[in-house]
Amino acid sequence: MREPSAADDGRRSNLPLIFESGSPGRSGFFWPEEKGPSGLPAELLRDEIAGFPEMGELEVLRHFTRLSHLNFSIETEFYPLGSCTMKYNPKVNEVVARLPGFSLLHPLAPPELIPGALELLFQLEGILAEISGMDYVTLQPAAGAQGELTGLMLIRACLAERGNPRRKVIVPDTAHGTNPASSTLCGYEVIQVSSNKQGIIEPQTVEQVMDESVAALMITNPNTLGVFEKNIQAIADVVHKRGGLVYLDGANLNALMGIAKPGDMGVDVLHINLHKTFSTPHGGGGPGAGPVGVKAFLRDYLPVPRIHKNDGSYELRTNFSKTVGRVRSFFGNFGILVRAYTYIISLGSDGLEEASRMALLNANYVRKRLENTYSLASTEPSMHECVFTDRQQQKQGVSTLDIAKRLLDYGFHPPTIYFPLVVSGALMIEPTETETRETLDAFADAMLAIAREAREDSALVKTSPHTTPVGRLDEARAARKPVLRWEAKKD
Amino acid sequence: MRYTPHTPSDKEQMLGTIGLNKIEDLVEHIPSSLREKARISLPEGLTEVAVKRRMASLAAKNASAQDWRFFLGGGIYHHAIPSAVDAIISRAEFATSYTPYQPEVSQGTLTAMYEFQTLICQLTGMEVANSGVYDGASAAAEAVLMARRLQDGRRRVLVSRALHPQYRSVIATYLRNLEDVELTEVPFAPSGATDAAALAKALDDQAMCVVVGYPNFFGVVEDLVPLRQACDRTGALLITVTTEPLSLALLKPPGAWGVDIAVGEGQSLGVPMTLGGPGYGFFAAQKKFVRSMPGRLVGETVDAEGRRGFVLTLSTREQHIRREKATSNICTSQSLCVLASTVFMSTLGKTGMRRLAEVNAARAHRARERLIKEAGLAPVFSGPFFNEFVLKVSGWAERRGRFISNKIVPGIALSEWYPELQDSLLICVTEMNEEEEIEQLARTFSGR
Repeated sequence: MREPSAADDGRRSNLPLIFESGSPGRSGFFWPEEKGPSGLPAELLRDEIAGFPEMGELEVLRHFTRLSHLNFSIETEFYPLGSCTMKYNPKVNEVVARLPGFSLLHPLAPPELIPGALELLFQLEGILAEISGMDYVTLQPAAGAQGELTGLMLIRACLAERGNPRRKVIVPDTAHGTNPASSTLCGYEVIQVSSNKQGIIEPQTVEQVMDESVAALMITNPNTLGVFEKNIQAIADVVHKRGGLVYLDGANLNALMGIAKPGDMGVDVLHINLHKTFSTPHGGGGPGAGPVGVKAFLRDYLPVPRIHKNDGSYELRTNFSKTVGRVRSFFGNFGILVRAYTYIISLGSDGLEEASRMALLNANYVRKRLENTYSLASTEPSMHECVFTDRQQQKQGVSTLDIAKRLLDYGFHPPTIYFPLVVSGALMIEPTETETRETLDAFADAMLAIAREAREDSALVKTSPHTTPVGRLDEARAARKPVLRWEAKKD
Repeated sequence: MRYTPHTPSDKEQMLGTIGLNKIEDLVEHIPSSLREKARISLPEGLTEVAVKRRMASLAAKNASAQDWRFFLGGGIYHHAIPSAVDAIISRAEFATSYTPYQPEVSQGTLTAMYEFQTLICQLTGMEVANSGVYDGASAAAEAVLMARRLQDGRRRVLVSRALHPQYRSVIATYLRNLEDVELTEVPFAPSGATDAAALAKALDDQAMCVVVGYPNFFGVVEDLVPLRQACDRTGALLITVTTEPLSLALLKPPGAWGVDIAVGEGQSLGVPMTLGGPGYGFFAAQKKFVRSMPGRLVGETVDAEGRRGFVLTLSTREQHIRREKATSNICTSQSLCVLASTVFMSTLGKTGMRRLAEVNAARAHRARERLIKEAGLAPVFSGPFFNEFVLKVSGWAERRGRFISNKIVPGIALSEWYPELQDSLLICVTEMNEEEEIEQLARTFSGR
């Protein structure tokens, strides 16, 4: 490996780590010493934290600011990452979430001291229920996957009370990986069902595996091909007829606001990713929030505490004997809930409905501009995202990975690649509604240019990216001999 | 419309390209029975000015640490946060990026995550750490699930009753649907630490792990030596859960006591309290267990020209590759809070972290002494503590109102979770509680 050098520093890659900077005794923090012993017995005390950073405040800021320059982000680049809904994250949400009346609240202060917070939470539950067509919502889950686990637990608790929790969960082959992983964590065996040639699930397919051992079907709608599961009501009937419940992965709710409510589709439980549809920042991988909505018959199983409105005041209740318990400490990711609530009251009904329609318009526009050059994974109508394959580009030996990496040179974050797994070489494009026509055109032009390069100079594409701070990284080496932390060089 | 930039002419041109006449044609294929009922019934959107007013009025109804005197810990702590922290996490390049699946354009996030993993290893004295999970409670639950994977065939999980009660609830929730798992609670001793003798008695060859707080929910620093010995006798893994990781800048870290898996809540290191979330869970372990760990791991590698770079690695453990056989279902985690902690720990550094920890311990010990001597409160536990402790306040229910009217919340009443601890308050003192606040606290307790 090359040593970091001054020249590398200039091009802002290969920056020294915080452990390789600074000087012994330096700190960016000032607090006077306080006289008196710590009160702890000496045998419990540690030595200094070996290897910990010793930097000044400016040094720290410069380090992390330079690191930030190595990232693509929504505000610096178009980020059409399918299934992730990388829409604009409004600034006002950030300003509001930082108000001391939200950011400096302690969760174990007496509930009567946080009426504003409880009011916000109570209202947000109602708003999300209205948008999704469900009856009750819990805001506790910290992210979509924790929402899935919570939802499955509710299903299991309900079925157990009816006499049998059952053993299996049906998951389509187009599902997010979290669906089967959450099912396992909830003690269920996963039955995978195949989508048809157009990427959607047919009622007969479900009928073949649906029996009294199946607790639930997990379905994503629109699915991960961006296609509306038009048979969802018939599928729900099949599941319900044999005593199972229907779980909707609400990752793609951004396609549905004001267009169709999951609650009207036969869905019994769903989760919603606030960091997707409701504009809270992705933060490089969280924090998000994964509220769960249910139909009324599942209310008593919801996690505790639940917020109750009583003559205009709000209180926390925990005395629900059928509850599945607590899935997260305190109130969930409250700061994220504040941001989502701010977004919703900013947009109102009309704004939310317009958001979904413009998301559809943008996705269909990109689809139209690319469909003669790239092969579509499904010819069904697209909702908020469209999925292409690398079938045509493979003829020149250019793969989806190459196309994705070449896009970086054009200054675009690539679409989600190789997902859903059922599509070979998938390129899943979700532009979101906050992008302008000009940006979509520039992206489509880049995609078309790359297809041309694949034909005329495939090596250029296959060795890309050429302009990023580092080139393609050796992932096999990272996994073979994992180096997961910095350590001082031994002399 | 807010946030959607489409002009009427944009819409017209785009529809023209697509080959449609009107926006509603885009949803024509959705069953009309669904579309007819889909209208959302909510108030109209508000201007930014109106939004800010509305939110400010909601915020103003709450008692925040800005206007109130909180002596509250119990898993969430009020500490000084250098302004540099918010400056960095507010940068859009960090805040509005996704999970770093494209490493060439995510080296900022990946490098910081690698630095974080290292900082957690150094702080906990453990060999490997992941880049964070949801919170301390789910970290504890994931640690138990990891122990279950490592201890195939064993079915008992022993959890100290002095572990945070909400964490115990979350562990119970995560385990409730798994076959062959039995949860047993181990009592605490008069010191406030886990009862080592009771633990030794409860341990058998079916015990997969023992979970204790370090410091525990009562603020007491557990003596891990007898617990480690007891675990070794039956082959159980020892898991520590730290809700106040600042303490680890002063206390011998879990790694020094031979702990197998060390997890906790990271909020105290640079994340505002925010009603308890978002923070993050940290998760560290001995290196030999790395392939059973949940969550994202960042590793070092090189590009074709030999430049150092970082990538998500060992992802064959994860749900997006392994699906139903994954080590965990976690996907989106708490990255931005992890970044906040990385900046926090970098800014304070070796000497700043130590200083802050010493100030916390010194103030808490002084405050406890004053409350006992001047206000006549009775100690409940005798074990060593870091920055929180339990005192008995006789007639607490009647005295409570006096504090609230003085805008003081002197602690957390423990009777909700521990019926035997009536009139007992868990009191936390940090560097944010100035000397005169402690004075006022003592005064209010003495009824002066």
